[in-house]
Amino acid sequence: MEGRRRVLTAVSTPAGALGLHVGMAVTQAQALVPDLLIMDADPYADEEALERLAVWSLRKYSPLIALDPPDGLMLDVTGATHAYGDAAGLLADILRRLADVETAARAVCAPTYGAAHGLARFGDGKLQNEPLKVIDPCELVKAVAMLPLAALRLEPKIVQTLSALGVETVAQLEAMPRASLALRFGSEPGRRLDQIYGRLSEPFEAVEAPRQIEVDRRFAEPIGAPETIARYIRKLVDELCQSLEEAGLGARRLDLHFHRVDNAVQAIRAGLAKPSREKGQIARLLCDRIETVDPGFGIERMVLAAPAMEPLGLRTMSSLGDKPVPDVSALVDILGNRVGEERLFRIAARESHIPERSVKRIAPMADPTLLRWPARWPRPARLFARPEAIETMALLPDHPPVHFVWRGVRRRVKRADGPERIYGEWHLSEAEWLSVRDYFLVEDETGARYWVFRQGDGVDAATGGQEWFLHGLFG
Amino acid sequence: MTERGAPSRIDALRARIAEIEGGDRRARDVLPFGLETIDARLPGGGLALGSLHEVAGGAQGVTDGAAAALFAAGIMARTEGKILWCMTKADLFAPAIAQAGLDPDRVIYLEAQDETSVLACFEEGLRHGGLGGVVAEVPRLSMPVSRRLLLAAESSGSIGLALRRWRRREDASDFGQPTAATTRWRVTTVASEALPVPGVGRPRWFVELIRCRAGESADFLVESCDATGRLALPAGLADRPAAAQAWAASTAA
Repeated sequence: MEGRRRVLTAVSTPAGALGLHVGMAVTQAQALVPDLLIMDADPYADEEALERLAVWSLRKYSPLIALDPPDGLMLDVTGATHAYGDAAGLLADILRRLADVETAARAVCAPTYGAAHGLARFGDGKLQNEPLKVIDPCELVKAVAMLPLAALRLEPKIVQTLSALGVETVAQLEAMPRASLALRFGSEPGRRLDQIYGRLSEPFEAVEAPRQIEVDRRFAEPIGAPETIARYIRKLVDELCQSLEEAGLGARRLDLHFHRVDNAVQAIRAGLAKPSREKGQIARLLCDRIETVDPGFGIERMVLAAPAMEPLGLRTMSSLGDKPVPDVSALVDILGNRVGEERLFRIAARESHIPERSVKRIAPMADPTLLRWPARWPRPARLFARPEAIETMALLPDHPPVHFVWRGVRRRVKRADGPERIYGEWHLSEAEWLSVRDYFLVEDETGARYWVFRQGDGVDAATGGQEWFLHGLFG
Repeated sequence: MTERGAPSRIDALRARIAEIEGGDRRARDVLPFGLETIDARLPGGGLALGSLHEVAGGAQGVTDGAAAALFAAGIMARTEGKILWCMTKADLFAPAIAQAGLDPDRVIYLEAQDETSVLACFEEGLRHGGLGGVVAEVPRLSMPVSRRLLLAAESSGSIGLALRRWRRREDASDFGQPTAATTRWRVTTVASEALPVPGVGRPRWFVELIRCRAGESADFLVESCDATGRLALPAGLADRPAAAQAWAASTAA
């Protein structure tokens, strides 16, 4: 958004080939390319992604990394390149890994931050042709000479005025008398020039990796017996809980890695429904899973980390007369650990009249819900995931079946209630625009009660094909 | 039988049996149904808490367990605290459970891969003690397994309901095998009461108390759970206002 115009903030390579460019109005771009796919810019998400990338590079390439928003990272690779041979090797590795996740990037290694910033964005090589470049200190002056002024990180207004004066490149600006430049544009152009040539140092705000609480233990003699593993799990949990307590946090997820002597790593992951630092609870969760670990020829190192942590919630210690509600989150963790977290749930109401859509699964320890199902309409105790087709004899348009055949058995209907008409959710899908289900509660001679429905209103064929289905069983 | 014989001697004998059986077991609380006819048949005047009970469906309910599930939900609705509901086939329709009086926020469902894991989670839930009760839909329940479950329930005071539900009708013969459960119920749907207009009345169940420890078996015809989980006696059996009786007579004629 630029004022009231919507403009392109980024274009893909194929779109660029079609003549679209950054800064172009969206309407114009749509006129050029009729079936253009447009996505709204999300600068906050971009910044977060950049930060994640910075944290990842921190582990991989260099201990000093700064964000260069909106689209760059600055890595101080001084003394960090030997693992990749040289600077070019390091840049190639970065580009290769980014290409693996389908990200196009340009990497430039230069003696100053300013030069690296400018060359990465405005360097002569095109993105595809020459994605990486290493500038030798003695080539610096030559390399930056032909860069446009925009590469200097100046305000667009200054760049505009300068270009109106005929100054287009860094070399031209450098050749101008500094005093009159400062008089007209302030200190900014001079400072940026000094920074790109390395005459002035630049602040560097290094990104810090989020602190991860991790404890580990190495064994001189590899261990393998489940009892020994359990003993050390308890020791590690003790240490971890100590650190968690110091940080004032509770763990939500725990990763326990076993490094085996043959260099293989086995892992146990456990989740907690509520943040916790209860030693007994955490140790139990991990010890429950020891049998899934294959110690092979022995384990020489165990690492216990808490990748997800949250501040511990406040708990009311006393209440007026109310009975304390027992906390079942520890049980939820144990069961979730055993059968899988997604298999443990509560069922909450959803705002839909369609029976199968009126329920949703929520986390077992989620906050209480407010929405309830309407109490007046009878609902079956068992609902089939797929309504089962039945053969019926029924009068149209609104009579319940006289008898029906379900699972090969013919049942005569003694009593019935209905129809309860449920319309399709036209606001969700075009196909449901007209569709109708007429539900009947029918009771057969034995007293068994069924929930049957007819597709369609019995008059208009557009509302459904008049087939009958059995959808559920009442108790 | 309770009324026959000298009450004092019977009571003394009962106390002795309880002593031999119970040892250090805590005095059990009970959960009354609130219906005199049923409660009078149960020792202590209700379903024992901290104990294991069995419920199965009758007739077609053997495989679908729909009425049995509502019966269980009604019992659980009258307990306090969260309920754990373990099953292998998640075809329970939560709105119906809510209509039987069990608030959806109170129920934690567990959909296990197999029977063994349902039983393991059942036991874990009973042992925890923080839950109001645990319901588990299981087809088979052997003596040793039920004994474990009973011990777990006794140790914590939570009520355990094994909802017996078989895959095939033929397998239901398994229900004759003895287990350690304190009571065993069978709930069969029967025709609802005739209304003066076309339609289906309040559902009725034929509830059989097949086995009851320290009690006798019995059967009851009841109306299904209302919105607070309570059963009711059909109007034809209970005392009812004269107007209703006159009305019933006129419909019968």
